[in-house]
Amino acid sequence: MGKLSRVAWLYIAAVVTAATVVVACGPYGGVDWAQVITLGLLLAASESTATLLRSRSLAWSSSSVASLAAVVLAGPAGAALVACCTLLGIRRGPSPMQRLFNTAMYALSAYLAGEVYLLFGGHVGTPGPSSFPGIIGPYAAATVTHVAVNFALLQVVFWLAGEPSSAATGLNLKLLLTDLGYGALGVLIAALWKVLGPFTPVLVLIPLFVARWAVAQFAAQQRAYEATVSALCQAVETKDFYTRGHSERVSKGSVMIAKEIGMRTERVEAIRLAGMLHDVGKLGVPTAVLQKSGKLTDDEYAAVQLHPMRGLDIVRDIGFLDEALAGIMHHHERIDGRGYPMGLAGDEIPEFARVLSVADAFDAMTSTRSYSHARPVADAIAELRKWAGKQFDPAFVDAFVAAIDRDGWKGPEPVPDATAGADVAVPPPAPPPNGTASNGTPSNGTASSGTPSNGAPLITESL
Amino acid sequence: MTVTGQRYEARGYPRHRLDSGQSLLVIAAGLLLVASVAGIAVGGLIDVSTAVAFGGLIAFGELLRLNLPGDREAAPIAGAGALAYALLVRVQDHPAHQGMQQVVAVTAIGMLIGALPHLAVGRPARLHAMAGRLVAVAVAAVIFRPLAGHAVIGGHWWTALPVMASLVILAWLVEVVIAALVRTDALRARYRVALADELRVQLPLGVAIGASALLMAFAAEVMGLFAVAVFAAPLLVTQVALRRFAGIRATYLQTVRALARVTEIGGYVEAGHSARVSKLAVAMGRELGMPEAALLELEYAALMHDIGQLSLRDPIPGGATVLVTREEQRRIAEYGAEVIQQARVLDAVADIVRRQSDPARPAGRDPAPPLSSRIIRAANAFDDLVGSSAEPSRAGAAVGRLRLDTASEYDPDVVEALSRLVERGSV
Repeated sequence: MGKLSRVAWLYIAAVVTAATVVVACGPYGGVDWAQVITLGLLLAASESTATLLRSRSLAWSSSSVASLAAVVLAGPAGAALVACCTLLGIRRGPSPMQRLFNTAMYALSAYLAGEVYLLFGGHVGTPGPSSFPGIIGPYAAATVTHVAVNFALLQVVFWLAGEPSSAATGLNLKLLLTDLGYGALGVLIAALWKVLGPFTPVLVLIPLFVARWAVAQFAAQQRAYEATVSALCQAVETKDFYTRGHSERVSKGSVMIAKEIGMRTERVEAIRLAGMLHDVGKLGVPTAVLQKSGKLTDDEYAAVQLHPMRGLDIVRDIGFLDEALAGIMHHHERIDGRGYPMGLAGDEIPEFARVLSVADAFDAMTSTRSYSHARPVADAIAELRKWAGKQFDPAFVDAFVAAIDRDGWKGPEPVPDATAGADVAVPPPAPPPNGTASNGTPSNGTASSGTPSNGAPLITESL
Repeated sequence: MTVTGQRYEARGYPRHRLDSGQSLLVIAAGLLLVASVAGIAVGGLIDVSTAVAFGGLIAFGELLRLNLPGDREAAPIAGAGALAYALLVRVQDHPAHQGMQQVVAVTAIGMLIGALPHLAVGRPARLHAMAGRLVAVAVAAVIFRPLAGHAVIGGHWWTALPVMASLVILAWLVEVVIAALVRTDALRARYRVALADELRVQLPLGVAIGASALLMAFAAEVMGLFAVAVFAAPLLVTQVALRRFAGIRATYLQTVRALARVTEIGGYVEAGHSARVSKLAVAMGRELGMPEAALLELEYAALMHDIGQLSLRDPIPGGATVLVTREEQRRIAEYGAEVIQQARVLDAVADIVRRQSDPARPAGRDPAPPLSSRIIRAANAFDDLVGSSAEPSRAGAAVGRLRLDTASEYDPDVVEALSRLVERGSV
């Protein structure tokens, strides 16, 4: 939040005042203070482990679990008091003002949830075996109230602070559902209090933390995997100076097409890999042939035609979808049956191969090769359309064009000087003579697609 | 047998217990099963609905068992359900009277039922893993069931919880120790290393299983049997994530293995070189007592150790890196390390690859390269000398040649580990 308007300040002041009044007035009769303190600590702990959401002006934590357990155990005022422990959370990020607002917001949400719980006939106190299933209705109402009030108070502050709607998009449906799910844990904590005492929150949260850890492990492993594949593919590309970043861009283009035609997520992931790996077979083609600028002899052309099969040889043992393998093997087939290596036609060509061939040809046209200069995106699209039905599957050409029109296309950085490639035996990432550059920042620009260099005439960012 | 080999034996790493140890475990579990089922047949089943509910949960959990990285099997939901059944004190107002025999019988039968669909689709049961899980539950049941009716346990959470928590930890330790024993035999690892690896890998899941088991046992007291299923939910989430983690880890390894072969396809190295070197390097690392995490890095580094050759315009004849100059080798290693470093997640691997061509005892004040680099250096030289030939005499001669260079080039310990592997015929 940047500079705030007067109305926004008034709003924040009102929320804080309301929360203060609620907490100050009580009533606290019959409240077990040990419970309030335990739950308050739990809330502070969950607040300290909050995860920042994508928009970065929002964070999500599981603190509603503690507030909602307090609704059952300690009533509305007790729940509001527990929610005040948000102030104790150790988390870098929020300014004191934001912290105060967050605390007040949670306190009000908890208080109102508590009132709704009473309104629906819920009983305050440690539940016993006889409380089930009667407690479920009032508790569900309280949970919904908590999520709704929290959401509403936040929306208003973002609206008043003039934050762009992008900040509010973090508040999506999935998050609301997660909140409701975590809210349901509150009743379990309350119910177990009788048999487990203050150890309840600890025991309930341990499996949840392990679950979050496991999910994070998976995500980290997946990122590591993608980064490694990408790095290895770049190593392969160094053999052909002109194809730098080609695999990554074909991968990106194939994913654009796949998403446009609504492929399932696993298949999108598989095609991302297939795009990355579609040209690994080129390693088997002599460098001289790959970089030749003139017309290829029959023998040389035969060597080039072998590369999809060699690629298949390499990636055959990777346990991803067979479809990806078929895509790599057949990405040079043509719809009219004049492609290689098998000369398949029409629907005989696997879907992945038809997708890859569109993205492959498009990137080849928009980048500089030993045999041709890069062409503008518009020209390349026209060319794709021209050959749709002969070389390409028209449906995928349409999908690709639609995706490019919407999201734009980031082409390669221009090759500094087309003639320079000829006498570079070892391309730029050539190792230094000794170990001086060992802390290796990537020495060639292919690690990321990067920003298009100025003066690149071919890159369009159409929207 | 060489001197080092004797030392190895004398330290007490028994070797050929592989089959006998595992079958002993399975036989013990089988006897447990038979004895407990016989006991139930004589005495009858008590609290049938509770037994069916927990048996069902165990069967469900066994059906959903998963493979963790490092070829391990786990069944978290079944484990938590079985432990909860062993630790159950009361279901709402009814005290739980099941004896230890019934706990073992219900657990075993639930596990067998859950394993049936796996057998039906042709996935064989890992008897030793199931036996380990059953023995762990039996230990908890044997200690806790006689106490369950006791007033101290039935009274307050602050007396019941410590006892139950200690039993959960004990059961976990039993399972880990058994698993480590089995791995020691199967992989020829050192027991202490295997146990440390096992503890590290199993800890997060073990904590989740233990906490869930306690929650289930206590929740049954307040909320009845339905609550039991609710507390399996976080385990289910964990399990799904771990399964996908193991999947991506496997694909990762396969991909690196496959991409390491680009150097072969490109004619830079002899066919099968990377795979052989990595297999040999991992075996040597294990022989030298490296922990599992380091072995994984070693495997990645060994697979990709020649990736730097892609920077050469013309492949070295036969790919023998021992035949080119030291400078050239350094350059290749450096380039390979740079490629790997671009992934940004494999910096340790990049470092191993970078130092692979350095002599084990560098002249001057340079620090010695990491153990993994020294292993790869020796494994690489060995493979360049022997190739895909299966002749034992050639392997022996190659080891002899490496041994000549242990003054500076190769690490003597590493070469001796290699020599032991060659003698054993495991190369």
